[in-house]
Amino acid sequence: MATQEEVVDTLASLSIFADLTRPELEHIAHELDEQYFPQDQRVLRQGLSGSAFYIVLEGEAAAIASGERVNTLARGDFFGEISVLLGEPPTADVIAVRPLRCLVLAGERLEPFLVEHPRVAFRILQAEARKLRNATRRKS
Amino acid sequence: MSAERLGGDERPFPPGEYPVVIVGSGPGGLQLSYSLMRLGIEHAVISSDESAGGMFRRWPFFQRLLSWTKPYVQFERTTREFERYDWNSLLADEPQHRGLMTEIMDGTSNYPSRPEMERSLARFAERTGVRVRFGCTWLETRRDGERFVLVTSDGEYRCAVPVFAVGVAQPWRPSMQGIELAAHYADTRPANTYAGRRIFIIGKENSAFELATGFLPWARQLVLASPTPTKLSITTNSLVGVRARYVQPYEDHVIGGGGVILLNASIESIERNGDCYRVRTKRSDGSGELVFDADDVIAATGFTAPVRDLAALGVATVGRNRLPAQTALWESASVPSLYFAGTIHQASPGLRKHGMPSNSGGVNGHRYNGRILARHIARHHFGVDPERATLRAPDVIPFLLRELTNGPELWHQKAYLARILRFDAGRGIVDDGVWPLMHFLDSGSGDAIAATVEENAAGDIYPCLYVRRGGDVHEVLLPPNPLLDYRTADNERLLAEALGPLLSL
Repeated sequence: MATQEEVVDTLASLSIFADLTRPELEHIAHELDEQYFPQDQRVLRQGLSGSAFYIVLEGEAAAIASGERVNTLARGDFFGEISVLLGEPPTADVIAVRPLRCLVLAGERLEPFLVEHPRVAFRILQAEARKLRNATRRKS
Repeated sequence: MSAERLGGDERPFPPGEYPVVIVGSGPGGLQLSYSLMRLGIEHAVISSDESAGGMFRRWPFFQRLLSWTKPYVQFERTTREFERYDWNSLLADEPQHRGLMTEIMDGTSNYPSRPEMERSLARFAERTGVRVRFGCTWLETRRDGERFVLVTSDGEYRCAVPVFAVGVAQPWRPSMQGIELAAHYADTRPANTYAGRRIFIIGKENSAFELATGFLPWARQLVLASPTPTKLSITTNSLVGVRARYVQPYEDHVIGGGGVILLNASIESIERNGDCYRVRTKRSDGSGELVFDADDVIAATGFTAPVRDLAALGVATVGRNRLPAQTALWESASVPSLYFAGTIHQASPGLRKHGMPSNSGGVNGHRYNGRILARHIARHHFGVDPERATLRAPDVIPFLLRELTNGPELWHQKAYLARILRFDAGRGIVDDGVWPLMHFLDSGSGDAIAATVEENAAGDIYPCLYVRRGGDVHEVLLPPNPLLDYRTADNERLLAEALGPLLSL
């Protein structure tokens, strides 16, 4: 990711930020950090406190719980929100299976961030609802 | 030219073949060279500068550092514990080479001046025998099989391990319409030349506030603008945010006087308008556009690392200012055997627990990384790994509580560096020294303990241990202590419960 404009363009292309205006996106671009993880690097660690909220910009990651791959994460997906929202350590590891670029928001910043950007909160809620529906379908 | 300026023999390290080549003679390069020397690893140090000091040969602009040294605290200046109170001296094993900054400061401030810092670094090189080939500019880089070739103004250097300690001091500007019209922080003129002028500063971080503080006696109007609100270190409970030394412009703004305006807005464009500039901004809260006429526009938008052609070699970069992405041990995340040292380590963020960053951007943090990096390079690339001391089981808990209370590495690099004890079948409990916490968590499966100091966003500072047993790691959080002394009976009991099975107590 090179210029501020490119960062903002990338944000605009992610569904959770789809409802935001350009100034709001610029604000968000300043608020989120970018992190790069080489292949096989752990991003989220099961059982450790103080984790963060991640949005995948490029690459691929796997969520691993009890040694089993439970989810695959790619561009536009996000993770870490459940442990942050519940104030509990993550229940799975997330590992980069290809070089991974993410935007990162410190756990403590997620609540004020969502309150400040209710449309982002709505989009996240929508995505969580889809996950729940899919999990319910799989079980039924 | 004095011996202090040259750091030893004149023009050492002619072009040729070396096991390790370090590029840079700022604090990062000097610390790494010293630490490699102590381990007996042959290396060359080259620098385009004419003397040691790196960015401190020029900056900070207003000539006073943000990092303190307190000479009269409870510990002797020649002790390791003193390092916690001295953010500026490089690290030496010999007591007589420790705390050098205290010899140089003139007592007018606990923040050294820029020339004092420059002198301290040169003195460290001279006293410890760190040598540098000055006036040798790294120009290009290429691979030759497993080796790296560094083309310089003096000729070619070949090595198995190059380490780039080139600082984060190359002016960086974000892309925005008309940004080329703005001066950069690096081009700021003497403060009195801004007398009576309207100054528009792009940015609201430390460098912007440093300039604003310096301009307060001179400027007619000061505007500081960026999309996000100003963060203050005293409210983030960390070094994230504007440091207390530079808060005066902030106070001027919040009390509504003094001609200082802090604005949360994106910069839409900068245009010439006769003899001055017109800056169009869009407020972050969506409440519209504000237009300013300014006599000077300064981009206090930060710096990047001058990494030349490393991207073409495959070095991945990260973040707004495109620093090289690194592993927990400061190796390029995409090009094995290529390392970085010094303030570039800020792009190896570690766990960032609770959002708290490392202090690798400052000398107080990256000097410890440099020492660890030397150990890693020696062990991993050259098979040099001096034997570590062992501990008796009954001594482990007092040792850990002492380290958690006074270990300077753990205090300067909270939740980033940790003291490691390994349980070795042959040798018993081995004090493995200090390593990055992330490296500990992601490597090895043997029984071990990592002890570190952490902080959270509420400002609590507390010890945290990571206990690995049978391949699984679990956290042991100890309570905060208002006096920051964790050597309490309660903590002894808590650690005995947590570590008892490992220690067979």
